[in-house]
Amino acid sequence: MDAILLQILNGLDKGSAYALIALGLTLIFGTLGVVNFAHGALFMIGAFCAVTLQRILNLSFELVDETQKDFLGNPLKVKTPYVEAWFGPDIGGSIIDWAVPLAILFAIPIMIGVGYVMERGLIKHFYKRPHADQILVTFGLAIVLQEVVKYFYGANPIQTPAPDALNGVVNLGAAIGMDIVYPVWRVVYFFFAVLIIGGIFSFLQFTTFGMVVRAGMADRETVGLLGINIDRRFTIMFGIAAAVAGLAGVMYTPINSPNYHMGMDFLVLSFVVVVVGGMGSLPGAVLAGFLLGVLESFASMNEVKSLLPGIDQIIIYVVAIIILLTRPRGLMGRKGVMEE
Amino acid sequence: MFGLDKKDTSKLIIVACLALLAPFILNPFPTDSALAQFNAGYPDLMQRFVIFGIFAIGFNILFGLTGYLSFGHAAFLGVGSYSAVWMFKLIGMNVIPAIVLSVIVAGLFALLIGFVSLRRSGIYFSILTLAFAQMSFNLAYSVLTPITNGETGLQLTLEDPRILGVSATADGSIPVTNLFGLEMRSTFEMAVGPWAFQFNAGYYLCALIMLAAFYLSIRIFRSPFGMMLRAVKSNQQRMNYTGLNTRPYTLAAFVISGMYAGLAGGLMASMDPLAGAERMQWTASGEVVLMTILGGAGTLIGPVLGAGFIKYFENIFSKINDNVLHTWFSFLPDGMEDAVVFIIHPFIGKGWHLTLGILFMLVVIFLPGGLVEGGQRIKGWLSRRKSKDGGKAAGETNPAE
Amino acid sequence: MSNFNASRRRVLKTGAIAGAGVALPTIFTASSAAAFTNEPTGSSVTLGFNVPQTGPYADEGADELRAYELAVEHLNGGGDGGMMNTFSSKALQGNGILGKKVEYVTGDTQTKSDAARASAKSMIEKDGAVMITGGSSSGVAIAVQGLCQEAGVIFMAGLTHSNDTTGKDKKANGFRHFFNGYMSGAALAPVLKNLYGTDRVAYHLTADYTWGWTQEESIAAATEALGWQTVNKVRTPLAATDFSSYIAPVLNSGADVLVLNHYGGNMVNSLTNAVQFGLREKVVNGKNFEIVVPLYSRLMAKGAGENVKGIHGSTNWHWTLQDEGSMAFVKSFGTKYGFPPSQAAHTCYVQTLLYADAVERAGSFNPCAVVEALEGFEFDGMGNGPTLYRAEDHQCFKDVLVVRGKENPTSEFDLLEVVEVTPRAQVEYAPDHPMFAGGNLGACNPGA
Repeated sequence: MDAILLQILNGLDKGSAYALIALGLTLIFGTLGVVNFAHGALFMIGAFCAVTLQRILNLSFELVDETQKDFLGNPLKVKTPYVEAWFGPDIGGSIIDWAVPLAILFAIPIMIGVGYVMERGLIKHFYKRPHADQILVTFGLAIVLQEVVKYFYGANPIQTPAPDALNGVVNLGAAIGMDIVYPVWRVVYFFFAVLIIGGIFSFLQFTTFGMVVRAGMADRETVGLLGINIDRRFTIMFGIAAAVAGLAGVMYTPINSPNYHMGMDFLVLSFVVVVVGGMGSLPGAVLAGFLLGVLESFASMNEVKSLLPGIDQIIIYVVAIIILLTRPRGLMGRKGVMEE
Repeated sequence: MFGLDKKDTSKLIIVACLALLAPFILNPFPTDSALAQFNAGYPDLMQRFVIFGIFAIGFNILFGLTGYLSFGHAAFLGVGSYSAVWMFKLIGMNVIPAIVLSVIVAGLFALLIGFVSLRRSGIYFSILTLAFAQMSFNLAYSVLTPITNGETGLQLTLEDPRILGVSATADGSIPVTNLFGLEMRSTFEMAVGPWAFQFNAGYYLCALIMLAAFYLSIRIFRSPFGMMLRAVKSNQQRMNYTGLNTRPYTLAAFVISGMYAGLAGGLMASMDPLAGAERMQWTASGEVVLMTILGGAGTLIGPVLGAGFIKYFENIFSKINDNVLHTWFSFLPDGMEDAVVFIIHPFIGKGWHLTLGILFMLVVIFLPGGLVEGGQRIKGWLSRRKSKDGGKAAGETNPAE
Repeated sequence: MSNFNASRRRVLKTGAIAGAGVALPTIFTASSAAAFTNEPTGSSVTLGFNVPQTGPYADEGADELRAYELAVEHLNGGGDGGMMNTFSSKALQGNGILGKKVEYVTGDTQTKSDAARASAKSMIEKDGAVMITGGSSSGVAIAVQGLCQEAGVIFMAGLTHSNDTTGKDKKANGFRHFFNGYMSGAALAPVLKNLYGTDRVAYHLTADYTWGWTQEESIAAATEALGWQTVNKVRTPLAATDFSSYIAPVLNSGADVLVLNHYGGNMVNSLTNAVQFGLREKVVNGKNFEIVVPLYSRLMAKGAGENVKGIHGSTNWHWTLQDEGSMAFVKSFGTKYGFPPSQAAHTCYVQTLLYADAVERAGSFNPCAVVEALEGFEFDGMGNGPTLYRAEDHQCFKDVLVVRGKENPTSEFDLLEVVEVTPRAQVEYAPDHPMFAGGNLGACNPGA
């Protein structure tokens, strides 16, 4: 029982990442009709916002310490971060410690900016082009973005730990008399994802802006005829989608050390999630994200694996095939979207 | 000629000339010159050009004609390779049975996957094919290791039975792939002054098969069957309303293009008897999609150009290192030499991905029809200039196929 | 049936003629007069450095490339000579190899068997490389080793840890200096016994491909010989990034040791996840829960950050070693590049020197002569103590390091500390050991 509950938690956690990425992808599909292969790269850029902030906070000046030697026998240069020099080691140290949560503030403007530039500078010119061209250009962009990151940060994973206060484990089952020990940060990640997803849905549901965007998703032409500047709103939506992917990336860094190709690792998976959820459906994308996350976790249980060896390698694809064959447009897809 | 109209015949002849003279065309620089780095006329790369050309031609029969975007075509290439290597292990080193088997197995595999996947269209179809291919890859890499040899890739060993051949040659080596005794790796080298041209038996086998594959694809494009597939692309619903069941046509196109992929896989294994699981990964499927779009989807010659373009960058640009750069620019003063090398450095060697990504974007932004459109523009520009010079009326524009 | 027989006879016949050098002018190479593939005829000799430049191991590949450039510099008489001064064989003069200036070409393996072979082939066919070296994974090493055997050039493996490289996939033209899974197990076991006792229950998480399996087999065998139990061996997909669903079952499995048979990004993530789940603070069966990472790499340890502290593993070489050879190498590498070399860099540098030395001693670039010179070669001064290149399987036998993540690193490179140098005698095994059985070295192939 404990084991199953733990795997549900793991699944929800994985699902949070899938859902956040798929949500942004669907927003772009739904509003702009663009197949964005660079969406994984946005997730990666978000993660590297956290890395960058960590680096900035760790910017140091060097003092030569004659008493110590470096590996070549020269006097050792001792590094002290400026932040610690300015605020004292205690406060400075804890600022550095909280780099990842702080990176949320750092990442939002950057991601919206990146999204804005991407949409205005490139994607805009591809609205009327065939999907094949969109795939080629966004795939090219994804490669360029990740190579640029690799050039500056290298190919190895970079450790970006959560703050010490959020680093331990918590017993989630204490209240119900069970022993379910779970990492604090993963709990934070799950609630963060729920918060963002809730925020996006209420934004679309309860604001005029959101209403126009939803109307535009349903029938772009008519909304345009009403004299509403739908293009500008779509640009903003692209920025928001980029920010969602970026924040998912920022918060993901303590779970897995980011590297330059993490976007590509998630790209295929997030496409599967979006399609399983159904094209053009935001609730579908979220539902599919959590569903696939939980099923993936169950598939990696030893009891399941001993029954079906290798099932954890292919479970997502098996589920995708079953769902697409039984439900022609995924879980909640709309008719006619991306069916040609 | 061969039942083709004049334009197609000239296309076929051009491709044939390019393929057969490739050892000359791809080696334009003398071997000792600094630019020899850009020579691509060595057997392995020439083989790859035509093999991936076959792969892309086949993919184009499905994607270019019907508009169905398969994201799992690499699975058929992988299956073809595995079948071929198993033939080398069990039967013997002649390439004919291996290639035949790889085409058949890939065809059957495509029939199975196509039958299921073609129940959906659009992106749903793409994801279904992707799912099947990723399943094949993941299983081949892990659980199916007894059949596929997993991470390392399926290789020949000295212990293989090879019932119609020998397990090991007299000098204790693994026998090499051959066509009735003609070794695929045998290369004749012709030295002309400072140039060296390599003529490889395996390459010419691949090139001839590629020409046959190209010819067949022209015939398919021009046939009533091809017309039917185009009709599916333009409006499948209307086709259905007229009482036509389009599924058998699309399935046939899927299987044919799967067999092309299997042929490419079989040839790859015949040139170099190893089959690696990563041949089936989604990146490999994505690569053939990129080749086709980059060259010009729906055109006859585009996919071949796209295949050549990508493979050239992968194999030539990845091998340029700083050392090479310094020899090129050694004529510059020291400071300037370092500056130039510093600027170019991110784009070569380990940065070849970056260059490729930038080129993808440039091509698709400025040449919406792919490389073929680039060719047509150059041709149009030349003919305009010619007509200006000669004072004749401008020739008709050449529409894409 | 008779048809098939005829074709078979033809194959054999033509093969024989080709062997006599009549029917076909050349195979793989330039001139038919050459005695072996890519015989260097001019004033220089070309080596092929085939390392991952893209993909997850690109940084490791970049470090390997640095080591190769340093080795070439030293062979051509530049720099301070590095380990050439401490190497027990004094055949190398600093005037290239056999008086020929050493030149090199580089390529990208992409850590894919196919791409690695394509890259190696272009070095052999286009650039005339007489030796190929490098790589950062066993799959690539085995694939390229097979190619070099067919082509008739020497392959000096880079970082490859699978038992298979010199086990069931060994080849006469291939040589490995790096250690392997069996040696990791043999070196770790006594240390683990001292630290954690003989009454332990181990849980294995293993990367689901051939390298992972051979390491899992080796470590399980070595620890079971101590009296440990193995409660479970779980395979994880190569593409996995989040290992939480594999770590969670460990909590209630009754195991008190977790063995992570992962490398690279897999290792960084699985170790980070394991620490996140509080495994290190756990007490099971009255003992502290422990994590072991059998194959350590400093570059990867950096990615895991704080999490490696106090965790034991094995490594081929580490820059803090105080022997003459290691110090000379660290000095020349550090002076040139500003940071200490990784174990991958070390093995690649040594391999290049060993090849050059073998050519000098043999007096020929002919692969068969080189094989003969390397087989059974005993040497010292290369950082791992007295070392033997065993003739039976072309595996180097030398001391193995057991290391631990350092608690108080003094610099960003100072992540591991050497706990014990396990002497060579302790990690040796018979060539026909079951974990290495099934292969056949075959005959050396000079090509041409």
